[in-house]
Amino acid sequence: MSLDKPYRDVPGTTIFDADQARIGYHVNQFCMSLMKAENRARFKADERAYLAEWPMADEQRDAVLARDYNRLISLGGNVYFLAKIFSTDGKSFQYAAASMTGMTQEAYAAMMLAGGRSPEGNRYVGEKK
Amino acid sequence: MAKITAGVATSHVPAVGAALDNGRTHEPYWQPVFAGFEYSKQWIKDEKPDVILLVFNDHATAFSLDIVPTFAIGTAASYQPADEGWGPRPVPVVEGHPELAAHIAQSVIQEDFDLTIVGKMDVDHGLTVPLSLMFGQPEKWPVKVIPIAVNVVLYPVPSGRRCFALGQALRRAVESFDENLNVQIWGTGGMSHQLQGPRAGLINREWDNAWLDRLIEDPVELTKMSPVEYVREAGSEGIELVMWLIMRGALDPNVNVLHRFYHVPVSNTALGHVILENAE
Repeated sequence: MSLDKPYRDVPGTTIFDADQARIGYHVNQFCMSLMKAENRARFKADERAYLAEWPMADEQRDAVLARDYNRLISLGGNVYFLAKIFSTDGKSFQYAAASMTGMTQEAYAAMMLAGGRSPEGNRYVGEKK
Repeated sequence: MAKITAGVATSHVPAVGAALDNGRTHEPYWQPVFAGFEYSKQWIKDEKPDVILLVFNDHATAFSLDIVPTFAIGTAASYQPADEGWGPRPVPVVEGHPELAAHIAQSVIQEDFDLTIVGKMDVDHGLTVPLSLMFGQPEKWPVKVIPIAVNVVLYPVPSGRRCFALGQALRRAVESFDENLNVQIWGTGGMSHQLQGPRAGLINREWDNAWLDRLIEDPVELTKMSPVEYVREAGSEGIELVMWLIMRGALDPNVNVLHRFYHVPVSNTALGHVILENAE
């Protein structure tokens, strides 16, 4: 019997469940390694070489190199793990979140100051805005 | 005996910690945020709690994907502020209360709550930002802390019903501890926010405030809310709010609201904060 995943129809949202965690295990564990200063230094010195030490799929490595966070999430990454990458880059959660929306950071920050993204039209996939 | 005298809930946005640590609290963006905690800082100075049961979630810091406990209790003598990728926050070491923590573990596990016992962990912004908001920037935290970590990162997460019942069990555990201790319970995280994907930035002010009303007045009904409703209405990270139900479960059915604060935005997040005391 397949499991009930009622959260699949929330637009623009990937829920990090046990299946995603299975797909993204090595990506997320690579991210965890960046919590040590010496690993951050090694990663910054040669990203490709550092990534080669982790048994990830090539598309996962490419998404790390491209800092494509939406892609990483679709490949099993979770934002709290991915935060170790953008923290290593000296970037904030707001920078990373903005990058995933396709907005500029300025436009995203302005949206937040104006009260954030409205839930209206954003609750169900295919809902009319 | 030990007694839970009050409950505090607050968001634990990491940017709040960064603003404090980098001396930016006077900036116009941050002033209203910290103003919302002026009452709270005076209140807690007067209350002088001995121990805080601090319910928070680890953000892929102490727990990697190697081990993800649904509920965990810290029984250590102390906890180091974690390096989350930009170096540890410059805040004091968090002192634990191993005796009370061990007592709670023994008590609630025998009541069928399968807590993972953690003898060593670093604590991230989920635990240290609430301490900073309530106590400011002291050289030493004026209180002992028992960390209670809840998995709200890897689905499925515990239900609101389960969290509330854990809060009730925590209260019974505290009240069966012989030493006279003034204990508070804090629930942290929330309110509406989403940090991922094209829907990032979601904020639901109306829903947040209705949820707060229900937390105060009718928490048992609120525990029936499904996880997907949190995701849909409050964003994928809004699910952190179930941790506030652990705090609420440890209090009386009727509570007095000493303070209530809500502010948008703090980085990507709606910040909520309440202080509740038992009314019975």
